Amino acid sequence: MARVLIRNLNKIFNEVHAVKDVNLEIRDREFVVLVGPSGCGKTTTLRMVAGLETITSGEVLIGDTIVNELPPMDRDIAMVFQNYALYPHMSVYDNMAFGLKMRRFARAEIEQRVREAAGILGIENLLQRKPRQLSGGQRQRVALGRALVRHPQVFLFDEPLSNLDAKLRVQMRVELKKIHDRLGTTAIYVTHDQVEAMTLGDRVVVMKDGIVQQVGEPLDLYNAPANRFVAGFIGSPAMNFADVGLAVQEGAMLALADGIRLKLPPAIAERLRSHVGRQVTLGIRPEDLRVGPGNGADGCDFPAIVEVVERLGAQILLDVKVGSGTMVAAVEPSVKANVREQLRLAFDAERLHFFDRASGNAI
Amino acid sequence: MIEGAKWRRWVYFYIPLSAFILWLLFPFYWMLVTSVRPDRELYRPWMAPNYAPFWTAHPTLEHITDLLTGTLFIRWMANTLFIAVISTLISLFCGILAGYALARLKFRFAGALGTGIFITYLVPQTLLFIPLANIIRNFQLGDSPWALILTYPTFLIPFCTWLLMGYFKAIPRELEECARIDGATRWKAMLYIIIPIAVPGILSAGIFAFTLSWNEFIYALVFLSSAEQKTVSVGVTSELVRGDVFYWGQLMAGALLGSIPVAFIYSFFVEYYVAGLTGSVKG
Repeated sequence: MARVLIRNLNKIFNEVHAVKDVNLEIRDREFVVLVGPSGCGKTTTLRMVAGLETITSGEVLIGDTIVNELPPMDRDIAMVFQNYALYPHMSVYDNMAFGLKMRRFARAEIEQRVREAAGILGIENLLQRKPRQLSGGQRQRVALGRALVRHPQVFLFDEPLSNLDAKLRVQMRVELKKIHDRLGTTAIYVTHDQVEAMTLGDRVVVMKDGIVQQVGEPLDLYNAPANRFVAGFIGSPAMNFADVGLAVQEGAMLALADGIRLKLPPAIAERLRSHVGRQVTLGIRPEDLRVGPGNGADGCDFPAIVEVVERLGAQILLDVKVGSGTMVAAVEPSVKANVREQLRLAFDAERLHFFDRASGNAI
Repeated sequence: MIEGAKWRRWVYFYIPLSAFILWLLFPFYWMLVTSVRPDRELYRPWMAPNYAPFWTAHPTLEHITDLLTGTLFIRWMANTLFIAVISTLISLFCGILAGYALARLKFRFAGALGTGIFITYLVPQTLLFIPLANIIRNFQLGDSPWALILTYPTFLIPFCTWLLMGYFKAIPRELEECARIDGATRWKAMLYIIIPIAVPGILSAGIFAFTLSWNEFIYALVFLSSAEQKTVSVGVTSELVRGDVFYWGQLMAGALLGSIPVAFIYSFFVEYYVAGLTGSVKG
């Protein structure tokens, strides 16, 4: 077990700058998730840690060793691939034993480790089968088992659950979490699914265009996104955004836009003082909106017209028109709302997020 | 399968297919019949009253025994087998390495090299044998099996390289990456992972190469001169056609026996062969 340190990591493919100055410390025993849209450089970063991609500049340390020049086999890592990458001509047992055989472990040791990993994953009865005789979920378990038997310093996961159907994915997610809690091996996990990132990660790294946007614990990212991209990426349904102007009238700060006129509480007004007279982006999460008038004095509500009602069971999603824009509100399932109905959406002013319009950074 | 009425199936499927098979198999049938037909029937004029070209009432093995005892046929078979096996092995060895390198390794001029290899395959043998004959003479390899063992790979290696390159490209890259993380060097990953998976491709390249060298005619005709060095295709046609006399019975017996090994290999490996050409790798 070891920490992984990434210093000023860069990757340039021909003309494309895929990873830009990434700095990251993954602590010993930590489960860190790299998340972002496709092409954001998360997989490339992982592959550079694995040694499958050369490093253009910067350093990767595993434990206290700089591994830049080490071949993958000497980095003491194990990796799980999206398409499982099981060796089709070998049985499940041989697939799992391959890494140990290559490292010249004694036969008894190999046997014992494979049985142990198979026990953890519940695949003891599949050991003699060939990969093509397995279902998707079983293949995924074998791929995990192949990584487990190695007892590596670091686990690397490259979207390991993406090829599974939705139900199985949730199930395997829980299992992965349990296995990590049990083994405590340092893990780096790449995914484009923010739910996976939030549920699995001790810390989550959000990337976009090769640049790290924010690193933090899942709830920190949710509650205090560093910029508009993170705010929109984390959380489902995504955060609502509206461009508003800030103005001061009669000593109170107002956020004004088409159909919105909010009087901001003093604490928030203080934060926004330097942006008065300029356009900023207001963000509010769908689950922070509720139907009904605001609690009077603060005036934290605005009128909306219902366009679509999505009844999900546990909650209702209201797609509403606010001024000239649209928003989504996730409300209690008991709410009665009809299409084209006019209602007021209320929220707590502390739950508002503000972003600089030009830079996108949180204010 | 063709849907619809029975007659449609006959018109569109069975009849055309049967005609096609008859057309293809007829020469083999002719070969078989001729090789067991006694001489007095073979050289009977076509207007003779009991002329029956498509079968014989008195089958005989005399041509076959003549061929095996009266000529060097067994020697020719052994020569051909030796030459075909060695040149196939050489070509497969080079083809696997070159195909792998072109499919997987990143190096300068990889694309140009691949195209270059392909172009060498396009130059017709009928032109190449002239300069090759010169080279063979300079190396004093004329009239020895090595003349063919070393020249056959000139067209077999490009062929094997291209077929295997396509096959290697179809194998997911992750398999190899995974093996390398698992502790295998590039060599070991190739040996334990890529080559076993590519067995169907390697077998079909091998079968093709074997057949091409078994049937090869021009180089064998030009580079070999003494009777005991000849291959089947050259031996049969040059030793059993003397002046304008065709020993039809022995000729056909030679052709028949000469095609048995190839037919045997194809029937034995047909499943691998089809899998190799359609290139299916399941992960």
